[in-house]
Amino acid sequence: MGNWIVNHGLDTFILVVWMGINIFLFVHFYLFYDLGPQFFYTRQLLGSALAWARAPAAVLNFNCMLILLPVCRNLLSLIRGSFVCCGRTMRKQLDKNLSFHKLVAYMIALMTAVHTVAHLLNVEWFINSRHGRYGFLAGNLSALEDDEDDHETFLNPVQSDSTTPTIFAFTTIAGLTGVVITLALILIITSSMEVIRRSYFEVFWYTHHLFIVFFAGLVFHGYGRIVRSQVTTDPPHNTTFCKDQPENWGKIPECPIPQFAGGFPQTWMWVIGPMVIYLCERLLRFVRYLQTVRYKKIVMHPSKVLELQLLKSGFKMDVGQYVFLNCPEISELEWHPFTMTSAPEEDFFTVHIRSAGDWTDRLIKMRRHVLVLSSPSECWGMGVDGPFGTASEDVFDYEVSMLVGAGIGVTPFASILKSIWYKFKDSNPKLRTRKIYFYWLCRETHAFEWFADLLQVLEKEMEERGMRDFLIYKLYLTGWDHTHAAQVMVNFDKDTDVITGLKQKTHYGRPNWDKEFEQVRHENPSSVVGTFLCGPPALATDLERRCVKYSDVDPRKTKFYFNKENF
Amino acid sequence: MGKIEWAMWANEQALASGLIYLTGGIVGVAGQLKGWEYAAFGIAAGVFVCLLEYPRSKRAKGTNYERTGQYCFTVCVKAFGPLTSNYYVRAFLHAALCVPGGFMLATVLGCVCLGMASLIYLSAAIHGEHWQPIMPKSEPAKSVTQSIKHPPQNPPPRPPAEMRRKRAEDLESAAYVNPLPVTANE
Repeated sequence: MGNWIVNHGLDTFILVVWMGINIFLFVHFYLFYDLGPQFFYTRQLLGSALAWARAPAAVLNFNCMLILLPVCRNLLSLIRGSFVCCGRTMRKQLDKNLSFHKLVAYMIALMTAVHTVAHLLNVEWFINSRHGRYGFLAGNLSALEDDEDDHETFLNPVQSDSTTPTIFAFTTIAGLTGVVITLALILIITSSMEVIRRSYFEVFWYTHHLFIVFFAGLVFHGYGRIVRSQVTTDPPHNTTFCKDQPENWGKIPECPIPQFAGGFPQTWMWVIGPMVIYLCERLLRFVRYLQTVRYKKIVMHPSKVLELQLLKSGFKMDVGQYVFLNCPEISELEWHPFTMTSAPEEDFFTVHIRSAGDWTDRLIKMRRHVLVLSSPSECWGMGVDGPFGTASEDVFDYEVSMLVGAGIGVTPFASILKSIWYKFKDSNPKLRTRKIYFYWLCRETHAFEWFADLLQVLEKEMEERGMRDFLIYKLYLTGWDHTHAAQVMVNFDKDTDVITGLKQKTHYGRPNWDKEFEQVRHENPSSVVGTFLCGPPALATDLERRCVKYSDVDPRKTKFYFNKENF
Repeated sequence: MGKIEWAMWANEQALASGLIYLTGGIVGVAGQLKGWEYAAFGIAAGVFVCLLEYPRSKRAKGTNYERTGQYCFTVCVKAFGPLTSNYYVRAFLHAALCVPGGFMLATVLGCVCLGMASLIYLSAAIHGEHWQPIMPKSEPAKSVTQSIKHPPQNPPPRPPAEMRRKRAEDLESAAYVNPLPVTANE
């Protein structure tokens, strides 16, 4: 139980607070509209469907405000920077921004459904009241019109006897904007399904921009002021007494004609802040796109991996961060994320781009023929947005780190390992790491030979300093077959590994995590161990579970904290 | 945009539309709204569209992600042959089904969403896509080949028991070891 609190406590707390606010808003506004005396006459026409429509509207206001915030990358980086004092648990929460964005989106979808159904009924009942099907009082209320001479104001927005719900929906601001934004929402949701997102990112990305339509419509949705409440008149209109004699309104002093006014549209007050923040985000991205980026070196590695060493004035990165790259020659609008593989101590930044789709293929094809650059050259414009922070900035804070990179997830660790080594050489006090366990899982090493080279260099330097125990790395080849086995058998006695040329031998198959965690716990009995993963979600749940299992709330024993990178 | 199989998105959109059509229809019938007959049609059409769209198609390239329990639906949809595998037919069918929804507010959203799904399916059809069932991979039949050897019919040849017995005068050449020492018959 204690382990669970250590690893999931803050998550659950935030979820509980968020859900609590949602429930509070729903119940508060439901009761406000269902019991409020100013809506007594409105309820005569609509019953409790009014409250059922307004309560989700309040929840929608709150969630539409929240939804833009988790995707403001620069804002999150700013918050993360200012939380340096507040401990790593707070900063870890910012990793889960996308999960929160999706959760808020689901809530918006659910509340939209409730809101729409309630309003469907409302429109129908407004029209029925107008036709006198709900009794004398309702009929009289519906007959009220906006008339200055008679000092009348309307209650029922349906003013014509021949209107139908469909006509009403498409001729009022609320109805029209409602249909349009619900449609935009549905298109956004269907193109954001995991299947579409993973396979055809462009469809997801371009359709998601319908959120502009969504927010525009949302802001104007309440401008028709259709929901009317009773205002106090002078002399006051005594509802309890007057409700039974609508024919006497305006004729007896206790019952002047009741006056109504539309509710002031409030949605813009909720969403204007985040909209401005998001606009600033996009402007910042545009400004960065305009800044010149120069090429220092272009290297073509085997298995179609392109390494770009880039220079940009004023660019400061932290370890394990990623940037978004844009190549206007390929596509003006597409920005793709790449983790940087250089350390902050170097004066340039590097990305390794693997062939993984249309955009990367074209980039590699365009750049592969240029291999020698005499000086940093500026041609072939490239836009760079970033850097954006991820969990790996925390890696120096742990005495012991377990770094797990699966497949292409090994990329951020190139940056981390290089930086750790630079910091160690400079005896940088910021580095609290004393020991690193690095696990590299991949099917085959072809696409990552550049990483094996990096490990070789580090291995050599560590041996020169007599620091063999500083970095313990284990490579797991999960895609081995009988030819591999034959090779290994033949070269068993050699000092270096036959596949990678590294001193530590390659393991075959998947790691036995229980054994690994036991080993780490045994070798570091009272340390705080940070586990960092960049890899598939299944592995993340596995490691997270093990971190919880092997952690001990007792401060004298080993504690494992789990951090996941995600894009 | 990249190489996209439009049918995948059309499928998600159509499934969502089916649900929305169905919900709108239920509201229309349960609330006894005017024009509830269109709502009743909406319920039927929504259910039909959901059943038709539930099984995902096999992709031309890439991994297939099946929906839970879609196999029985795949079998039913496959049975209709070209009526269901051709996307022009589907586009036209969805367009036709969505029209009655436009007559009533409760189902108008279902109508428009289904209309959009129909357009995306049209795009898929123009790009030459068609629906293919995802069938479970059948195990190759374990054929009994000649290499399977029959078990031996006879025991291995060895000398008779009399000769195999350990002799006291010649302990070393015996084929087995006794737990107790062997002594000659006195």
